[in-house]
Amino acid sequence: MEVFLFAVGAALSLAGGLGVVAARQPVHSALSLLVVLGSLAILYLTLAAEFLAVLQVIVYAGAIVVLFLFVIMLLHTRTPESRPSRVGGQWALAVPLGLALWAGLSAAVWGLPGARRDLPQGFGTTESVGRELFGKFLLPFEVASLLLLVGIVAAVVLGSSPTTPAGPRPGGGDQA
Amino acid sequence: MTAVVVEALLKSAVLLFVLLTATAYEVLLERKLLGRFQVRYGPNRVGPWGLLQPLADGIKLLTKEDFAPAGADRVVYVAAPVLLMTVALFVYAVIPFGPEVELFGRRVTLYLADVNTALLLVLGASSLGVYGLILGGWSSNSKYSLLGGLRSSAQVISYELSLALAVLAVVLEAGSLSLVRIVQAQEQGWFVLRQPVAFLVFFLSALAETNRAPFDLPEAEQELVAGYQTEYGGFKFVMFYIAEYLAMITQGALAATLFLGGWHGPLLPPVVWFVLKVLLFVVVLIWIRATVPRVRYDQLMGLGWKVLIPVALLNLLVSAVLLL
Repeated sequence: MEVFLFAVGAALSLAGGLGVVAARQPVHSALSLLVVLGSLAILYLTLAAEFLAVLQVIVYAGAIVVLFLFVIMLLHTRTPESRPSRVGGQWALAVPLGLALWAGLSAAVWGLPGARRDLPQGFGTTESVGRELFGKFLLPFEVASLLLLVGIVAAVVLGSSPTTPAGPRPGGGDQA
Repeated sequence: MTAVVVEALLKSAVLLFVLLTATAYEVLLERKLLGRFQVRYGPNRVGPWGLLQPLADGIKLLTKEDFAPAGADRVVYVAAPVLLMTVALFVYAVIPFGPEVELFGRRVTLYLADVNTALLLVLGASSLGVYGLILGGWSSNSKYSLLGGLRSSAQVISYELSLALAVLAVVLEAGSLSLVRIVQAQEQGWFVLRQPVAFLVFFLSALAETNRAPFDLPEAEQELVAGYQTEYGGFKFVMFYIAEYLAMITQGALAATLFLGGWHGPLLPPVVWFVLKVLLFVVVLIWIRATVPRVRYDQLMGLGWKVLIPVALLNLLVSAVLLL
């Protein structure tokens, strides 16, 4: 059962990854990315990390790819993709670099102790993840939230037009 | 192992049948009630009291020509309604309809799965539903569809936040994300009494999440024809419609589970109580549609971001302090 689920998840994520690179239409690339992120959630489930799996779906599939799609749709009117591919010369570098990355990752995984350990009680549940996050990893967690806050403030500053001073613009903002 | 799988399959089949029938008759209920609210009869020609109307509508729609507009992105155009309906149905895997019962000499739970992240699964599924709207709007190759899709996804994303924040207050009260545990925690008192503000925020967000009047901006007929589903017809249109009406039932089921005590209630059997609560919620949604005019788009966004989210955050903070 586990092997079957892993095979499905792995095959889907590979197919999705290929789709991201190969699709000519940006929206199709974003959808392929969605497949990748969804199948990663399946892989998390096979690793008994159910909380992480659900978060993966909510955060990445539910929020981030939606934003990608939004940006693509607002910026990119649908044109027949006739322009030539611009990645032609990059193949020569991409293949050896990809192989090197694969070799490095394989070596790292190979070096891990292979024995299967029994999971502690409640592994991967919301409670245990929460305890780890707000106990052992409290400082990194808070620093990360500060970093995100800085990002939000920066986005607001960049997003507000320089001509109008701070304060709500007349008309109540943009339409979607 | 096999017994478990067979049981789950049987339950899923029953659930699918019940849910799809319920949505069909929900449409009839809405048409009937809207008729009454507007001092007319509503559908009453097909069968006694128009009871066979959903069947007639279904057959009509299923036998229609399966078309796609010129220039549509075929794959995405078909995938969008399928995705939306699948996700809308998926939620019912974790919603508890009742406690354990004795059926054919077996202890059977009246829910498919009791997972400890059930509530997050529900929120995650609803956040995936956005894809159906946005992709349906985009792939139709029509400006009304695109604008409607963008509008509804912006609306759904915004109100998802306040919905989640309101629901978190319930999680604080129950101390669990499992919907079964949340219902069990309400045996002594419903959470709507302990968390009235959260319920209010939840209710308004649910109204906006389901794209219902007065927040039905995506389908504002005068501006957008019918929003993201403008170019859809036949079976694909049915899927959009099923998802939309299922969402009403889903929000009703969530309201019942999270705030109205789930299956708890005196005298009547638990499942009946649950269904009654969901029905009440759905009737209130229909009632509101017949009563309240549509708001403007910037009012909708302002309400979500400037009122509901701060109120929900404050409510969460106060509840957390009080519970500590």
